[in-house]
Amino acid sequence: MSHAPSCYNPQNIMTVLIETFDLSKTFGEFLAVDGVTLQVEAGEVLALLGPNGAGKTTTIRMLASILSPSRGWAKVAGFDVVREPIGVRSSIGMLTEHHGLYTRMKAKEYLAFFGRVYGLSDEQTERSSQELLKRLELEEGLSKRLGEFSKGMRQKLALARVMLHEPTILLLDEPTSAMDPSSAKIVRESIFRLRSSKRAIVVCTHNLMEAEILADRIAIIQNGKIIVHGTPEELKQKILGDPIMRVELTEPLNGIEPQLPARVKVLEYGSNWIRYDSSDPKEMNPVVIDMLSEQGFEIVTLSQVDRSLEEVYLRVVRNKIHDLEMD
Amino acid sequence: MHNHPENLSSTLEGAWVVAQREIKDQMRDWRILSPILIMTLIFPLLMNFTAEQAVEFVGRYGANIIGDRLIPFLLMVVGFFPISISLVIALESFVGERERLSLEPLLSTPLTDGQLYLGKMLASLLLPLLAAMLGIIVYLVGLFFRIDWIPPTQLLIQVILLTFAQAVVMVSGAVVISSQATSVRAANLLASFVIMPVSQLIIAESLIMFWGRYDILWLLVLALFLISLVLGRMGLHLFHREALLGREIDVLDLKWAFKHFKHEFVRGAANIKEWYRDLFLYSLRRIRTPILITMGILVVAYFIGFFAARRFSLPKEVLQFDQLDEVLGTGFAQMGLMSFRGWSWIFLTNLRALALATIFGIFTFGIVGELVLMLSIGIIGYFAGNLGLAGQEVGRILTALVLPHAILEIPAAIFIGAAILQLGMIFMSPSKGSTLGESWITALAEWARISIGLVIPLLIGAALLETFLTPQIALLLLTG
Repeated sequence: MSHAPSCYNPQNIMTVLIETFDLSKTFGEFLAVDGVTLQVEAGEVLALLGPNGAGKTTTIRMLASILSPSRGWAKVAGFDVVREPIGVRSSIGMLTEHHGLYTRMKAKEYLAFFGRVYGLSDEQTERSSQELLKRLELEEGLSKRLGEFSKGMRQKLALARVMLHEPTILLLDEPTSAMDPSSAKIVRESIFRLRSSKRAIVVCTHNLMEAEILADRIAIIQNGKIIVHGTPEELKQKILGDPIMRVELTEPLNGIEPQLPARVKVLEYGSNWIRYDSSDPKEMNPVVIDMLSEQGFEIVTLSQVDRSLEEVYLRVVRNKIHDLEMD
Repeated sequence: MHNHPENLSSTLEGAWVVAQREIKDQMRDWRILSPILIMTLIFPLLMNFTAEQAVEFVGRYGANIIGDRLIPFLLMVVGFFPISISLVIALESFVGERERLSLEPLLSTPLTDGQLYLGKMLASLLLPLLAAMLGIIVYLVGLFFRIDWIPPTQLLIQVILLTFAQAVVMVSGAVVISSQATSVRAANLLASFVIMPVSQLIIAESLIMFWGRYDILWLLVLALFLISLVLGRMGLHLFHREALLGREIDVLDLKWAFKHFKHEFVRGAANIKEWYRDLFLYSLRRIRTPILITMGILVVAYFIGFFAARRFSLPKEVLQFDQLDEVLGTGFAQMGLMSFRGWSWIFLTNLRALALATIFGIFTFGIVGELVLMLSIGIIGYFAGNLGLAGQEVGRILTALVLPHAILEIPAAIFIGAAILQLGMIFMSPSKGSTLGESWITALAEWARISIGLVIPLLIGAALLETFLTPQIALLLLTG
């Protein structure tokens, strides 16, 4: 295992809040995380996607200085995860997969305990608790013991605990897994708010829709290795190919195959529509419209066909595509 | 607050935050509170009644001494019963928190491993100790009013210290157990490793109290505090984030254990020559500190034996080596020396001692293993001391009877003593980055390498020398 280099680019310190290089972890002979190299900047959300046992939680635990890397290094908020674990853990808020609340406590008491653990004054804890409980719509549960909380309420309270000390970095493992849609929306809004306040956020999730909504960048991890990473659009382009366009016409084609520019590839002719792909839609779409008009076709709509992250994910995980680093 | 854990007050502050939460939690759990209340308020009164009845009964037959000894014994029992709950609380605190999955959120906070450990120790100790002290007060007040009995100050201090030390030993033991268990069920099964020795301890304390040798109790208090320190250090070593989250299941994997043992035993050697080279260059270097410690211990043992001769001297008549001309050769023959039977007897006896020392050493951090070896050297020292007192030539006689085979036997004792010490002490300080099981199997493989590669060949040689050479030299030097 090596330590993070001490001579650091000061410009990086300002913006890059999480940086890892060749981060790896073995348990006995099992390689759980294999050479993860990534950066997360302030105000950025990185989603770690991957099947169960892919190494997401182990990566998060290393970033939280709970597990020490077997190889490589990581810096979190400027602190080395091996040499400065307390600095790391003071700067992060970590939502674990299992919240394990103290069931005999009440919500405020629970937050007060963690406030003391993080060294907040009673006033700070009280102020922060009030605000978080209100924002996460947990006020109705104040008189209940945590053992009486629903799954969603427990998860929201765990999230309140994570945000209590206003950490610079949030490591969230399945933040909305047990929530109903309205609670999940509240949590997502909280994450957006944190992102806009220049925090770096890493989210581990199986929820691809959520990853697409929340994440600025996505890393797909399998067998401990990051297979691909980039923005959702970059991933779609790289994995699924050029954007697919669909042009809908006013009249049926009746078997006619209109002529299109040579640089677009027609994928399918429908009753009154045509699908084609293009490496440069901005340039080619006006040409397509002009050519169709010249041939007497009237166009109703021209739009890009939606391609889901799920498609990307499944293709990556099933095909085990390697060496597709975006950066 | 917790950014400077090296600061003692900050460490204690963090530990206290953890402890307070746990104590509050205990105060809300009737399953913990009810036995504590019963042990504190009802049990001491029952003991009062028992003491009063017993004193009256034995007094009728003039056996007042039994009553006199029974009252302090019951005092100790009144203190012990509430602290027995500390074992349950500690198991619940360490393993229970992990089982309920509430440990990881705590591990992701700036609290250090030491603060968490200390906090949980305090939480496990405070309530039972408070209950024990209250129980003792209730018992003593009751006795004062019933039979006007006031405990001697020394006894009271001893009982309080014993109660405290026993609680610390149990809680430290519970932490060690917890580190090897992933569920409260598994921890409860392992708890017998604490309960059984503590029960034996209570029996020993009872015997000492009935014997009336309260001075020996001080030694017991000291021993218990030393054990607490050892277990405490062991617990602190085992209680770290990596180990707490790295362990997922409690399955006994014999296949893995054997594979790991084989790997550590062979260490990649392609042939016996490479294996021996590695044994000398790696294994012996690895146990050089235990080798030095064992050498020191054996020297001390020799001198203990030597000076013990002054106190427990042998009659001079049995040490008359100048009259050995006629009997020595016959004696050797009768003892089976100078024959293969004699060789095998000596070798197997030494091998048995080695096996016993290892087994005892494993369960006692290597201490009893070293004591077994000390015994042999102590006897030589005692013999030498007596020879000196009898006016004999110590050097000549030891050269004749001990030195020829001791040249091999003593290095064998040092090597095996060091390997046993390493094996026993591994519980206190497992290798960094390894689990306790891994470290122990590695140490066991090291022990096996040293035993098979060095100690057994040395013992074979020593037995040969003792059987065939030592008698010749003895005859030569002692019979002229």
